[in-house]
Amino acid sequence: MGRPLLVVENLSAVITTGRGPLTAVDGVSLSLDRGEVLGIVGESGSGKSVLARTIMGLHCSDPRFALSGTVKLDGRDVLGLEPSQLRAMWGPEVGMVFQDPMTALNPVKRVGTHLVEAVRKHQQVTRRDAVGQALDLLDMVGIPDPRRRINQFPHQLSGGMRQRVVIAMALANRPKLLIADEPTTALDVTVQRQILDLLDRLRGELGMAVIMISHDLGVVAGRTDRVAVMYGGEIVETADARSLFDAPRHPYASALLAAIPSLKGAPHQRLAAIDGTPPDLVMPPSGCRFAARCDAVHDDCRVQPPQLIFDGTHGTACHYPVNPLISTASNTSGDT
Amino acid sequence: MASANTVQVRHQADAPSGGASGASAKSGAPVLSVSDLVVEFPLADGQVVHAVSGVSLDLADGETVGILGESGSGKSSAARALMQLPPPTAGSVKLQGKELTGRRGAALRTDRARMQMIFQDPISSLNPRRRVKDLVAQGPRTWGRKVSDDDIREVLEAVGLRPEVVWDRRPHELSGGQCQRVSIARALMLDPQVLICDEPVSALDVSVQAQILNLLEDAKKRYNLSVLFIAHDVAVVKNISDRVMVMYLGKVCEVVPSSKLVEEARHPYTQLLLASVPEMHSSSSGAGSGVGGSGPGASGVSDGQGSATSVGSVELPSPINPPSGCRFRTRCPLATDLCAAEAPMLRDLGDGHLLACHHADSRHAGSAGRGEG
Amino acid sequence: MPLLTRLLGPMLLCAGLVILAVAIGGIRNGGWLQVLVVVIGAALLFNGIGKVARRRFGPHVDVTAWLCAVWLIVLISAAVFAPLLPIGEHQDLAATLSEPTMARPDLLSAHPLGTNNFGLDLLTRVLYGARVSLIVSIGAVLMGMVFGGLVGIVAGFRRGPVDWVASVLTNSFLAVPPLILLIALATVLEPTLQNIAFALSLLATPSMIRIARASTMALAEREFVMAGRAMGASNLRVMVRELLPNVALPLASYGMVMISVLIVAEASLSFLGLGVEAPAPSWGNMIAEGQGRVFEQNPHIVLVPGVVLFFTVFAFNALGERARSRFDSRAGKL
Repeated sequence: MGRPLLVVENLSAVITTGRGPLTAVDGVSLSLDRGEVLGIVGESGSGKSVLARTIMGLHCSDPRFALSGTVKLDGRDVLGLEPSQLRAMWGPEVGMVFQDPMTALNPVKRVGTHLVEAVRKHQQVTRRDAVGQALDLLDMVGIPDPRRRINQFPHQLSGGMRQRVVIAMALANRPKLLIADEPTTALDVTVQRQILDLLDRLRGELGMAVIMISHDLGVVAGRTDRVAVMYGGEIVETADARSLFDAPRHPYASALLAAIPSLKGAPHQRLAAIDGTPPDLVMPPSGCRFAARCDAVHDDCRVQPPQLIFDGTHGTACHYPVNPLISTASNTSGDT
Repeated sequence: MASANTVQVRHQADAPSGGASGASAKSGAPVLSVSDLVVEFPLADGQVVHAVSGVSLDLADGETVGILGESGSGKSSAARALMQLPPPTAGSVKLQGKELTGRRGAALRTDRARMQMIFQDPISSLNPRRRVKDLVAQGPRTWGRKVSDDDIREVLEAVGLRPEVVWDRRPHELSGGQCQRVSIARALMLDPQVLICDEPVSALDVSVQAQILNLLEDAKKRYNLSVLFIAHDVAVVKNISDRVMVMYLGKVCEVVPSSKLVEEARHPYTQLLLASVPEMHSSSSGAGSGVGGSGPGASGVSDGQGSATSVGSVELPSPINPPSGCRFRTRCPLATDLCAAEAPMLRDLGDGHLLACHHADSRHAGSAGRGEG
Repeated sequence: MPLLTRLLGPMLLCAGLVILAVAIGGIRNGGWLQVLVVVIGAALLFNGIGKVARRRFGPHVDVTAWLCAVWLIVLISAAVFAPLLPIGEHQDLAATLSEPTMARPDLLSAHPLGTNNFGLDLLTRVLYGARVSLIVSIGAVLMGMVFGGLVGIVAGFRRGPVDWVASVLTNSFLAVPPLILLIALATVLEPTLQNIAFALSLLATPSMIRIARASTMALAEREFVMAGRAMGASNLRVMVRELLPNVALPLASYGMVMISVLIVAEASLSFLGLGVEAPAPSWGNMIAEGQGRVFEQNPHIVLVPGVVLFFTVFAFNALGERARSRFDSRAGKL
């Protein structure tokens, strides 16, 4: 495919707050090929949403944000674009799906209006053609009876249906990259599964790249090619999904996996909780940001911040990784 | 083979091993007994929301019952009706043998005092104007009792907070997990017998969620609590509960010991919930590992692409006009005319397993020679 | 360059002080020219203070708010301690027979802000007027907050018939034009401080009820109210211990804004001759003294109380607005 679709290099986002500058994203680098699915996992406050919005260019003209580093989407430097150029990019280049479908939709506009406006923003088509496209979009995202739904208001739809409409809006102009920020967090479990299946199917059909952001490892597992784990504004581990879930190397990633209750075990099993709280990003600790909560912490962890070091495609930012680096990139799934 | 489980499930008959709080010495009698609970809310236009329609439940001393369901299943309305906030439309709620429904004012507040509640939103459930030390003391002070600083310190330490750090903080200066710990401490100060937890970990991050679940297990042992744990996360509920009650649109679908939840749950809705749990270890370790005993065609949700059109496209029916007969029939792969005509009764399958489905039995004939008693 | 920016603040500050000193001492009896120079000096001074304060306390320091607070503190303490201050006579006409009448403001004379047509000292009258204006408006706001807050909380918490009655009352009060209501009341009531405060509180109460009711309804949805009831709190206890402390905050910040409205309302009443009766001073009847041709020849009669009124109203408004936005952002975070 040649050059990657998205290249982020050394991206930092510093937010001005009442308490001082907060480094929400700190020196993040990543790249994404066309058609690839990247999962970004992290807890609240890990900087994953700020990262996604910065990649979108949503924070470019916000005076509270000081951005540095580069974001190249299809060769264009997103952070250097004018607001009008950004608006032209949102839609045909990159689309976004938000956590809460209710707030992403305008409550006084019909479903059809949302979609028609999304289509006509970037395409010179008649209203009739745009309505036709809107019907196709609703059909594509699995909404039954589109002719009836197109005239309804957002509050007349269930949460899952609303999220499908939001996805349809994001896909109206066939973006090359779809950023889904916690797309299923506000939804019920059974609906969550449907929406994830839908995103899977659409990615296959449209061949777009997807960045899937979630606090829930389960949402990302099995649906992504590659996963990046964020902690305290930094990427602490990145690898192809299988090796990350089967043999995580960063103690945080490993602890996060262990903290999830399993359906397999017996009831009342003690969960491996991670003690403590995430670091304060106004005054981040000097060494490794996970040091205060890490079971395997050494003295130098508190002093020397670890760099993201790659072994093949598996990158880990830890002085003392859990699973040794010897295991090759094409690891076997023999371990539990 | 996985069902050859060694974990003992405590039923009503089993008395707790030891340290039962003196007052409720009548072993065997449930601490909380709910029968035919009905909660309905009238709407402005004359319609009625059927939030809970006939739920019965016995909570034994020292037992944890998980209530599993999605939004609109009526699980939160049921919890609030147990607390009489507001009182249920019909049915009976007995705490330690004392009937709570129909009581009002000070009598109700006194009889209800040993049932406490923990809420979903950790920050919103604490008064933003109070400091931690006053939040924790709030309950006893409501009853006009003096609270010593030592008592407050002790309970704060019991929930894993360092008193000297949080003592003078206000809720917005705490993290979500810390707020939830304060909520638990506040409930414990009233020496409850029954703790109702309404989605206590849904708003928390995974790592904090594990901390709070562990804390609830510890508190349950230390303070000899019976717990009603409400959540939508199947794995969380399975992990903390002795029995799991699955609710859909205000009705109970199935009650099953949580050690058997994965292997023996039969209701199609329970199957759907189980199938919706994402597998943690990506594709490699065998698809549907969590769906073990569900069997083929248990639900429309399978790994294929067709899923979006089967169960996926069916809307959750409105609790204003719930479907006739079995309420799950509009999304059920096994539904027949019988399901529309007749609501299935909750039948006892033995071993504490209750099921409300016309058809799930026949499909599972092979799993065990269990007749209905 | 950095040296220049660092020194710009102090330089502006000094320039402002010098110009003010020149205006006060150098061009006495300068008339409008003096006023113009004072304004220029004050503007430079404000700018200089802003720059110095930002350099000293960081870029987020809110100079306007601090200046407003300083103004109110100075004004209120001067009004409280007015009888102890070495200043002129404010209402006894017999004591001022020998004083100059209609003296122009001159900060270096015995009457820094001038005198009126009876020779009464304007600075003193402004301070005693502040007592009237502040007592009446703050008293009215407090009455409105207490009564409106109680009714609003009960209405918002109990809903039902109580709420219905409260809404009807509130809406009927809001439907009457405020000035007409005040004039009607003034014809019935003796113009004593208590009665004026009571009349003005009728202006404050309906909006207080609305704010208390709306925030109560929003708070009652929050789980801490349910938690309080679950712990056995009676309805009364929930309203007093859980809701009241939270409702008091928005009420207080709105009260600050309301004070400024009522200061103006009291001034209008006094201006119309329906408030405090001369020669006892209030800002309103002091401004009213400028009626007729007086203002043309002696503008200071109107300008002195007018400017004080303006700064006070501005200060209350600015502080109230900041208190509210601060409260709102905190509430949003929760």
